[in-house]
Amino acid sequence: MSTVQRTATGAATRQAALVKVMGLSKHFPIGAGLFGGQTVRAVDGVSFEIEAGETLGLVGESGCGKSTLGRLLVQLLPVTTGHVQFKGIDLVALRGERLRRMRQEMQMIFQDPYASLNPRMSVGETIAEPLRNFGVTRELDRRRRVAEVMRLCGLNPGFSNRYPHEFSAGQRQRVGIARALALNPAFIVADEPISALDTSIQAQIVNLLDELQDRFRLTYLFIAHDLSVVRHVSDRVAVMYLGKIVEVADSDALYQRPRHPYTKALLSSIPVPDPDLEARRRPILLKGEIPSPVNPPAGCRFHTRCPIARFPTCAEREPPLVVDGRGHLTACHFPGTL
Amino acid sequence: MKAVDDVSFLVDRGETVGIVGESGSGKSTTALSILRLVPHPGRIVSGRILLAQHGPRQDVAQMSEEEVRELRGGDVAMIFQDPMKSLNPVLRVGYQIREAMAAHRRFSGRQAENRVVPMLRKVRIAAARQRVEHFPHQFSGGMRQRLMIAMGLSNEPSLLVADEPTTALDVTVQAQIIELLRELNSELGTAIVLITHNLAVVASLCTRVIVMYAGRVVEEGPTRQVLKAPQHPYTWSLLRSLPRLDGPRGAQLTSIGGAPPDLGHLPSGCRFHPRCRFRTERCLVEEPPLETVADGQLARCWQPIRATLGEQG
Repeated sequence: MSTVQRTATGAATRQAALVKVMGLSKHFPIGAGLFGGQTVRAVDGVSFEIEAGETLGLVGESGCGKSTLGRLLVQLLPVTTGHVQFKGIDLVALRGERLRRMRQEMQMIFQDPYASLNPRMSVGETIAEPLRNFGVTRELDRRRRVAEVMRLCGLNPGFSNRYPHEFSAGQRQRVGIARALALNPAFIVADEPISALDTSIQAQIVNLLDELQDRFRLTYLFIAHDLSVVRHVSDRVAVMYLGKIVEVADSDALYQRPRHPYTKALLSSIPVPDPDLEARRRPILLKGEIPSPVNPPAGCRFHTRCPIARFPTCAEREPPLVVDGRGHLTACHFPGTL
Repeated sequence: MKAVDDVSFLVDRGETVGIVGESGSGKSTTALSILRLVPHPGRIVSGRILLAQHGPRQDVAQMSEEEVRELRGGDVAMIFQDPMKSLNPVLRVGYQIREAMAAHRRFSGRQAENRVVPMLRKVRIAAARQRVEHFPHQFSGGMRQRLMIAMGLSNEPSLLVADEPTTALDVTVQAQIIELLRELNSELGTAIVLITHNLAVVASLCTRVIVMYAGRVVEEGPTRQVLKAPQHPYTWSLLRSLPRLDGPRGAQLTSIGGAPPDLGHLPSGCRFHPRCRFRTERCLVEEPPLETVADGQLARCWQPIRATLGEQG
């Protein structure tokens, strides 16, 4: 692990940060008329770093902003405020050709490989498309690279003329991965890459992503709602709630010693396939459901559902993300007390 | 094409049974068959669905349309993954629950009227008296599933069939719904058949589990036994392919190669053999029967795990 330095604000900066996110926000204006003038604060003032070669897991429930955050990182969505640095260069300030060049190194894998593959393109064409876009002009070179990445992803290169519907869901996800890999990227955002797959197929894809990471020293942002999978793949994990990051820590620390009450509740909610453990498990049942990101609660956004919220502190003051001596970041006025 | 092939199982009064399987395993078709809800052109070709102490006609497969309608939402209720598909968006929820009772005439109009608010309280919906006047869109996903459970239980059924009731919900909400189903099962004695792809949810709620693969039951038994000492290689492999919160971190997952078969092109012999790491010559040609492998536990395999790997399997 790289040296960790602490800044005056308490945020940890790692020397080998490949991706550095600072005060990032994304607000979506919603409709005119009844809701005119309102905005959804999908991501709201988020800062964190991703080290080269690591997998950062990003978890949270639906609507917490994790997918939006993933898209902001690879600039598939324009940011509202804040900065995303990639290899020290601020992507937000880049335009046109310079941004396009940077994009080669950042790729994305999507949840539903059927929706993200063009049904009218053969998988070979789909995988070759980014190569064509980024100047691999010779057909033979493209074909060679397509065959190579198909093999790397466990696909038979002889099937490059086939169409997405001729593949199973697991194979289609392999095509999505092969396409992401074609330009030899440094950073991949994987947005729920296995949640649309059958249980027996999920492990194949997880193992493939693992192998590719080892082989090409890839850096991943792995977005998922399944905390068991995230624990398995991630070196560090960030937990999001209603547009904010509430906790970031090394995987083992986060799962064994969660400090934010939301993380703790989330972990206690997950059933395990063992009836004996299930009989003993006492989930911390949260009140109600996630509030609307149009009108998030004041103070700590979690205070309306928090079992340890103290008033008026938690309803009035927003807790900053504070680091402890072990590099464990928590945004809570009373961390570790649940 | 046979989505479900020769499936037999028994649900005791008040029991909680899980039917697990992946897409195409036939678990949902099995569930829908219990209430003859298999969508056209699907049909039940053979077999019986027997309800104990349910009047003169006990076989659902032989009932008239009218008798089946009486059964649905009456003695057997069903809830689905997406509650919005079952709720009418333009009617107040209190009215819909009252209608569910009126349709079965078990309760007088006044009784039904008086049962609506207590039913909402029973599924832990706060401010029930005000909420009955609301429309479905004013409820969140988890709350809508509670409404469906309230509606399903309003006629005091002896069986609730729940088809992936928590799959569309977030984990914290899933935990609430499982807890609710568990409480209602012990409070009211309603038997529950839970259809799911999630073995952990079964471990949490069901005392018995049925594992389906490619239209067949491949393993069945007490949940504890099946999950702790699975005897069919499919169940065994599935449990090993899951990353688990209760297991060590970082080890490679044992994946199952290939994909579930297309029901139009089933493999010969055992339907799992192309993906089975323990297959023998016999598995390619002859389909094994579902046989007792341990006390109360059945598996459809020529070489159950214990025979292959010994006790520690």
